[in-house]
Amino acid sequence: MRRWLAIIVLSLLLGLPAAAIAVDKPYFYPYVNPLEATVMELPPYYNADTPDKVPTKTFKVKPFPDRQIPKVFWYEDGLVCSLTYQKQEAPLIFVIAGTGARHNSPKMVNMQKALYQAGYHVISITSPTHMNFIVNASSTMTPGNLREDAKDLYQVMQLAMAKVGDDIKVSSYHLTGYSLGGIQSAFVSMLDEEKKVFDFERVLLINPPVNLYTSVNILDAMLENIPGGVNNFDAWFDNVMKKLAAAEKQMGYFELNGDYIYKAYKRFPPREDFLAALVGVSFRTDSASMIFASDVMKGGGFITPTDVKMTNSTALTPYYLVANRTSFEDYFRQHFVPFFQKSDPSLTEEKMIKMLSLRSIEPYLKSANKIGLLGNEDDIILAPGEIGYLEQLFGDRAKIFPTGGHCGNMNHQDVVDFMVGFFAGQEG
Amino acid sequence: MRLSCKFKMMLFVLLLSVFFLSGCSTVPKPGPDTEPAIRQQADLVPEGTVLDVEVYDPIEGFNRGAYRFNYYFDKFIFLPIVSVYQFIMPDYFEDRVSSFIDNVYEFNNFTNNLLQLKFKRTGITLARFAVNTTVGVAGLWDPATKWGMRRQTEDFGQTLGHYGVGHGPFLVLPVLGPSNLRDTTGLVTDAVAFSLAGPPAWVDDDDVTLAFTALTAVDRRKRIPFRYYGTGSPFEYEQIRMLYTKKRELEIAD
Repeated sequence: MRRWLAIIVLSLLLGLPAAAIAVDKPYFYPYVNPLEATVMELPPYYNADTPDKVPTKTFKVKPFPDRQIPKVFWYEDGLVCSLTYQKQEAPLIFVIAGTGARHNSPKMVNMQKALYQAGYHVISITSPTHMNFIVNASSTMTPGNLREDAKDLYQVMQLAMAKVGDDIKVSSYHLTGYSLGGIQSAFVSMLDEEKKVFDFERVLLINPPVNLYTSVNILDAMLENIPGGVNNFDAWFDNVMKKLAAAEKQMGYFELNGDYIYKAYKRFPPREDFLAALVGVSFRTDSASMIFASDVMKGGGFITPTDVKMTNSTALTPYYLVANRTSFEDYFRQHFVPFFQKSDPSLTEEKMIKMLSLRSIEPYLKSANKIGLLGNEDDIILAPGEIGYLEQLFGDRAKIFPTGGHCGNMNHQDVVDFMVGFFAGQEG
Repeated sequence: MRLSCKFKMMLFVLLLSVFFLSGCSTVPKPGPDTEPAIRQQADLVPEGTVLDVEVYDPIEGFNRGAYRFNYYFDKFIFLPIVSVYQFIMPDYFEDRVSSFIDNVYEFNNFTNNLLQLKFKRTGITLARFAVNTTVGVAGLWDPATKWGMRRQTEDFGQTLGHYGVGHGPFLVLPVLGPSNLRDTTGLVTDAVAFSLAGPPAWVDDDDVTLAFTALTAVDRRKRIPFRYYGTGSPFEYEQIRMLYTKKRELEIAD
């Protein structure tokens, strides 16, 4: 009793929120099922305590100013990035978004807030798998090749600094990214060892895949949870909409926020196959955009005919249908590998699969003390044994949370505390 | 005089939109070396199936033009006005405005619930209007919701749907966005009824009505987080077209 009183008095005196004092509270995540952890939004209580708004501005870079952009992408004009800035001199962190995500996706904005609060400038970069990146900033226009994507990202980072470098004072550079952006950070960091433009001090890989090919196939396979497959999507989607409407009716209201979703989840626990299908659909939607953008930019042949003029009023429904029925495996075999084989005929599918892995740069990752790993034991994109591999590869530099799914816990207070501590040079 | 001013404004928007709507072909033009794609619809979608995304859209060229027009209209006119409004007005007052506008438009909820013979909802709407207009000080606040009387939104498009009218061809309206023939008919009917028999007729002052209409437009845009080409998908038009159609089906079924 007296101890509590002392804590309360102390916290009042110091002006600290009581939560900040209860230091040794064990990590708790409200969703134990990894699929739930991945899909569901965190109830606000667990969220990191960050500002509502941080000073952020967007800007554009054009790595290929002379590139002719097909008219069907009439709304594309430069890669949009954002800068979250401190008034005083501060270290800067580049953040690379996950598959299909933009510089201002909800996860990216959460990172901006947390890192700004901890005293960093942040430059947020859209994923190389996003249409905006493919059209404007990709040299190969064929995303997924980690070494090539790393070169493009490195180029974008330099152009970004050229654009906003005069507005901010930067003391040092760090790098991070989540999911696909996590594995890309590793490859960018390796490139930086050679080029030394930024000479990153610390690099944090958040929930990266060990092998891109393996992880993407895991995500793709989740679509099999739609009874009857993609051609039966309509019936499944109808059912989802009806259930949502029914839940809304029973709850009496609808809001799109963590609290509401958590309440709805408690009342109507979703089925495992439904959650898996949802992850699969969300992934396929992103990959459909990526595949279309890549194919059109390179003149077609994969899912669009070659040598056709698409304009701003071209009906895209036929390609939409095809893109949604194209798996990563199809993309890899029929589009990706043949493209890279053109410049290097010795490349085989096996060789390329191996290249899409952290294992391919294992010696570097083992020796680079600046690189840390933030993972979850129950990450759904990892194959059996892969989390163990990451632990063994990074040793003391790996921080593994027991739950959180794939990137589900990125805005959890404990996870944010770890991230911020990592860049400040504290050991996990 | 004032009406003609409104008319000129509409004419301007119309002309501007026509500029974007030069009805182009929606089929891509083949070149001399055109070869078919490796993966094609015919091989992947069983013949004869009509998918939800294939919404009836006979004037797609026009619609895509209107969609594009709306992107620019939003970017250069509508959203800048909304930001000025948000900059000037404290959030608290913005919420009062939204609440006030919603209360005025209870008129349409009332008529359409009644037309669909949903008497309980008609009653709730009437009670809401009474409570919010008095206790809620002319609708600036919404105590009715707190007392368990939720808004029962219905429009004439829904009423038509309720009596079995199909959605008809998909339409993208300049400024207003996705719609279809049924819902556009509904929109016009609601607007006419509102101005002839609703609050504007009770007030009978063109200046007030004009100011109210402008404020409504800004308030509505402010409350819709949607941004044209904000999804980052090249298939946004297809997705919005499908989602709009689905959403309306659900609203009508409710």
